[in-house]
Amino acid sequence: MPELLLELFSEEIPARMQAQAAKDLERLVVGSLSDRGLLFDGIKTFSGPRRLTLVIAGLPAQQKDVEEERKGPRIGAPEKAIEGFLRSAGVTLDQCAKENDGKGQYYVARIKRVGRPTADVLAEILPETLAKLPWPKSMRWPGSPVRWVRPLHAVVCALDGEVVPFTFAGVESGRTTYGHRILSKGEIEVRRYEDYAKKLHDAHVVLSAGERRGIILNDMKQKAFALGLDWIDDQGLLDEVSGLAEWPVVLFGKIDDAFMDVPGEILQTAMRTHQKYFSLKPAESANERSALSNRFAFVSNMIAADGGAEIVAGNERVLRARLSDAKFFWDQDRKRRLESRVADLKKSIFHAKAGTMHDRAYRVALLAMMLADLLGCDIVKAERAGLLAKADLASGIVGEFPELQGVMGYFFARNDGEDDDVSLAVRDHYKPLGPGDSAPETPISIAVALADKIDSLVTLWRAGEKPTGSKDPFALRRAGLGIIRIILENKLRLALAIPLRAVMVISQAHAERSWDERLSGALSSRTLLKGIADDLAATAGKSDGATQGDLEVVADVLDFLADRLKVALRDKGARHDLIDAVFSLGGEDDLVRLVARVDALQAFLKTEDGANLLVGYRRAVNIVKAEEKKDKTTYEGEPDPKLLQAPEEIALFKEMAEARELIAAELAHERFTEAMTVMARLRGPVDAFFDKVTVNVPDAKLRQNRLLLLSRLRASLHAVADFSKIEG
Amino acid sequence: MHKARTLQDLILTLQAYWARQGCVILQPYDVEMGAGTFHPATTLRALGPRPWRAAYVQPSRRPSDGRYGENPNRLQHYYQFQVILKPAPKDVLDLYLGSVREIGLDLAVHDIRFVEDDWESPTLGAWGLGWEVWCDGMEITQFTYFQQVGGFDCDPVSAEITYGLERLAMYVQDVEFVYDLAYNDRFRYGEVFHQSEREFSTYNFEKSDSEMLFRHFADAEKECKALVAANLALPAYDQCIKASHCFNLLDARGVISVTERAAYIGRVRALAKACCETWLASPMGEYAPRYG
Repeated sequence: MPELLLELFSEEIPARMQAQAAKDLERLVVGSLSDRGLLFDGIKTFSGPRRLTLVIAGLPAQQKDVEEERKGPRIGAPEKAIEGFLRSAGVTLDQCAKENDGKGQYYVARIKRVGRPTADVLAEILPETLAKLPWPKSMRWPGSPVRWVRPLHAVVCALDGEVVPFTFAGVESGRTTYGHRILSKGEIEVRRYEDYAKKLHDAHVVLSAGERRGIILNDMKQKAFALGLDWIDDQGLLDEVSGLAEWPVVLFGKIDDAFMDVPGEILQTAMRTHQKYFSLKPAESANERSALSNRFAFVSNMIAADGGAEIVAGNERVLRARLSDAKFFWDQDRKRRLESRVADLKKSIFHAKAGTMHDRAYRVALLAMMLADLLGCDIVKAERAGLLAKADLASGIVGEFPELQGVMGYFFARNDGEDDDVSLAVRDHYKPLGPGDSAPETPISIAVALADKIDSLVTLWRAGEKPTGSKDPFALRRAGLGIIRIILENKLRLALAIPLRAVMVISQAHAERSWDERLSGALSSRTLLKGIADDLAATAGKSDGATQGDLEVVADVLDFLADRLKVALRDKGARHDLIDAVFSLGGEDDLVRLVARVDALQAFLKTEDGANLLVGYRRAVNIVKAEEKKDKTTYEGEPDPKLLQAPEEIALFKEMAEARELIAAELAHERFTEAMTVMARLRGPVDAFFDKVTVNVPDAKLRQNRLLLLSRLRASLHAVADFSKIEG
Repeated sequence: MHKARTLQDLILTLQAYWARQGCVILQPYDVEMGAGTFHPATTLRALGPRPWRAAYVQPSRRPSDGRYGENPNRLQHYYQFQVILKPAPKDVLDLYLGSVREIGLDLAVHDIRFVEDDWESPTLGAWGLGWEVWCDGMEITQFTYFQQVGGFDCDPVSAEITYGLERLAMYVQDVEFVYDLAYNDRFRYGEVFHQSEREFSTYNFEKSDSEMLFRHFADAEKECKALVAANLALPAYDQCIKASHCFNLLDARGVISVTERAAYIGRVRALAKACCETWLASPMGEYAPRYG
């Protein structure tokens, strides 16, 4: 069975785009092939700095012949209809058969399509398929009618060793490729994957990103081990450098002694972000923060004639220049207290409609206090940490290395003798930074981290920056997910509407006073906290203009958070329909409670009683709906006990009345599993009702009463979740 | 292999190399600018259909980067060597690597990398895709395929190569303090520029007359618009560069607030756009020889 080898050889592809491009290439080619009925045995893709490669094994030599039967108009149908049918089917009238479906005779076209050679199909579909590859950023260049990530230089496309001829991006396909930019000379002729992989390896190209990654990690660990060192785990950097070399060679350099008294985090960040170097630690050290070795590892793309001496010397020199900048800032910055930089934040705008970073620092301080109060931790520490949280943004070192925000604040705060909880909260308030990062766990850090995210979410939302489609320039989705994770992972019981609303009250209340006055007022009398609470209570039902707008923002942000929560739960494997069933009840801003309800529902439906009750529920709802439609009315309300006749309906009525009270009581105590156990008891009476009782009886009153009884079943279950959203 | 031992050698070597590739060797443009890209030979010539190849040294003025002659590698005035090739030739990266060999970097013992770095100039309304070129971990060149200038598509696409000359010379000469560079066999870089760095840092940060600069900005803006109205692309563009430099001086002086900053950049961009539009409607350098 034929094998397809496809390689797209270009100028250097950004490392961050390579892996996804290989996946997209596979998806698109597989899609096009299967659209044309071409199935195969196996597929492999590779990506690297200068090439994307795809290999497909076991393609048929040609498409299967297909016969399609198409039903046409009736015999005697208007001429135009028949003509149109013949044209679309590509047959003549005498090629059509006549068939009878019992209602009359009609034309049938039997269209036979002869399968084409696979090579011809590939030549046709590949150019258009490749043009669809969605690069995050692509460019034009002379001679190419399509965009690609960087100029394309060669396309290898061979089916069983023979060229599949086509033109893409101004390049004609062939069997010629090229090796390593420096370590290889001239053209390489290839026919199949086997000789392709071998010849490229000889030309100093490791095709597979996984293999390059393995080589780097292995080399680095071996060399480090020999020095009594170990690498500091950095998978992201490892992925990146695997995409920057076709022939990775690990080299080691030395950090100049002059820099070894600078905090390890600074050295590590300077090395990582600007130079893509790996940091190393003593092999026996378990703690990553404790010690940084004075050696570093880096990956070159070269087997140097001098064994790498020049390359190492060059890299060490570059690092010295980088670190002298970092050391200069570190020494300068420590001459001032972190606190004194809060005022400097006036110079940086957070958002044109949401004030300066200085405003933000005070808002976060006040909100952190309030959250600390709600969560029962030290409000004075929360205030202090909130106020200092952003101050390091005004330092020289964070200006140079923005990714050190928080970490530097921690060092400065500790250096200034701030409380440990405060220093740690300054460092950790950005957490969680992404899916791989943990949420803060200590009370003050939690309060400040929540305050930070809630403030940016609400103020930016109000400023009209809500995320739309792929646009989310202020990363509000990440902020939302951060809020959710902090709450759920720490099981915080918090009615979220309160802090959301508080952001706006904090911005507006006593705006005539200075921030310092407002803050000290809040600290000394706590009137501000009380004020917010009063304000929230007072405006709960009001609808004057400004308040109305604020309340709408709160409702919108809550909806947004509910959506993020749905995504988060779905990612963790919760069924989306159950999430919908609970969410559509609405009016819930306690995330812990929401999730408990989803969990209980999921467990309940896995039981036999649960599954059967769902069947009974559906039957009840379908009957009520059908009759409502027929009668053009709605059946909602209490059935009349006096009209109950059959023992099964009397039993159901009784059981439901009892269950309703019990369910309400369990729900009031947030015992969702127990509430569902109560519901499970209805299964028997429901099944019995449907076995024995006819709903649609001639007696109109009796029929109506039975429909009302069924509608009550719906109402009872909806106290727990909207069962109509449940699928399967 | 011959190594460019001095800064001057470096310039002469690059010039000779790119002259062999058919580039017009221009002299620095006589208006202050922040980068070689602002030279009309790049900004304007990158637009329109006519082929173009040029190479030149351009002093780059970055008032905020002044360090009073104390920092080992930050300067408020430094040299860029700029190459523009339009349309971008297919083998442009090989041509570039040829220039690296030419200045004496033996590719058999060095590690050359093309690391993603897309270029954008908000003041010029311009962007392109490309790389920073690393030699042993050191950025020695910025390479860009121009996609848009002044908001207009570049068609055909040009390749722009920018070498930071001092940085490259420091690497080649193995020098860590920029002022220690050999300018030629007789003079150090410090002898040529140290006093100038000190004095201009003082001027940029402490002495410049902000009121005057605001006025100059407004005048240049006004003049630029008037010249655009008169369809004079090149004189209008000079005023655009002047406005941009005034803005940079004001910025260094710290008299432009964060909010105003975006507005000023927007004003310069509007000028650049108008100039580009005027250029596109002009003969764009077309010339028929008068005597055969």
